[in-house]
Amino acid sequence: MSERIEKLSIIISKGSLEGVYPGLIMANGARAEGIEVNLFFTFFGLDTIHKDRYDHIKVATVGNPGLHVATLVGGLPGMSAVMTHVLERKMDRLDIPPIPEFLEMIADTGAGLYACRASVDLFGLEKNDFIPQVRDVITVGEFYEIAAGGQIIFT
Amino acid sequence: MATRTYDGTTVEVDSRGFFTDPAEWREAMAPAIAAEEGIPELTDRHWQVIKFMRHEYQDKGTGPTVRVLGRISGVGIKELYQLFPGGPAKVAARIAGIPKPQGCI
Repeated sequence: MSERIEKLSIIISKGSLEGVYPGLIMANGARAEGIEVNLFFTFFGLDTIHKDRYDHIKVATVGNPGLHVATLVGGLPGMSAVMTHVLERKMDRLDIPPIPEFLEMIADTGAGLYACRASVDLFGLEKNDFIPQVRDVITVGEFYEIAAGGQIIFT
Repeated sequence: MATRTYDGTTVEVDSRGFFTDPAEWREAMAPAIAAEEGIPELTDRHWQVIKFMRHEYQDKGTGPTVRVLGRISGVGIKELYQLFPGGPAKVAARIAGIPKPQGCI
């Protein structure tokens, strides 16, 4: 048998629904396989752990060719909210949890949640702005120390 | 097909050690399977999860995911991972003699 993955660090850098879920699903799935996991949120990915924003993550309806919606139509007011609602209903049927519940669950699996120091400073945020499951705001160097000995996935 | 011997009985397992025929499983086999998974002793809380796995499998034909376990088994996600550090749904399914639960969540 090929060598088993023992440890993962997943970086979430996007703040759109389609940018956030893949990393969360991979993190949760890895924990279910007994793999050690740390999640590192950077740039707009910080919205995923932001107390006031993590329940309002939306699908990008403009500049997202995979959605197969014309840019002009995607740019209409309310379009992103409607598409997000449609996708959330589909995910609920597949038993994929909403982001707040998913984050709580992932933290409960023992995965570490960390925020990127540079991005936190850039956006004028502080640790209090994040959900309590976030362990710390860390520098890139500290991230590499935490990630040592494992694989790193950037999303 | 690989075989393993638990509690004096030889059973068929797949390449990852999951029972191919859940009907061959008996409670007395569970401690030996658990030991292979690094769990030295099965507590009442372990058994609560193992029995729930069996029940769900018999009911639905597939084992529950971790999320379902956390919601319905009476054991929360945190404790599930303490009881089965190798992954609750996966390891508990193996100990319970049922196939590995499918699903990404």
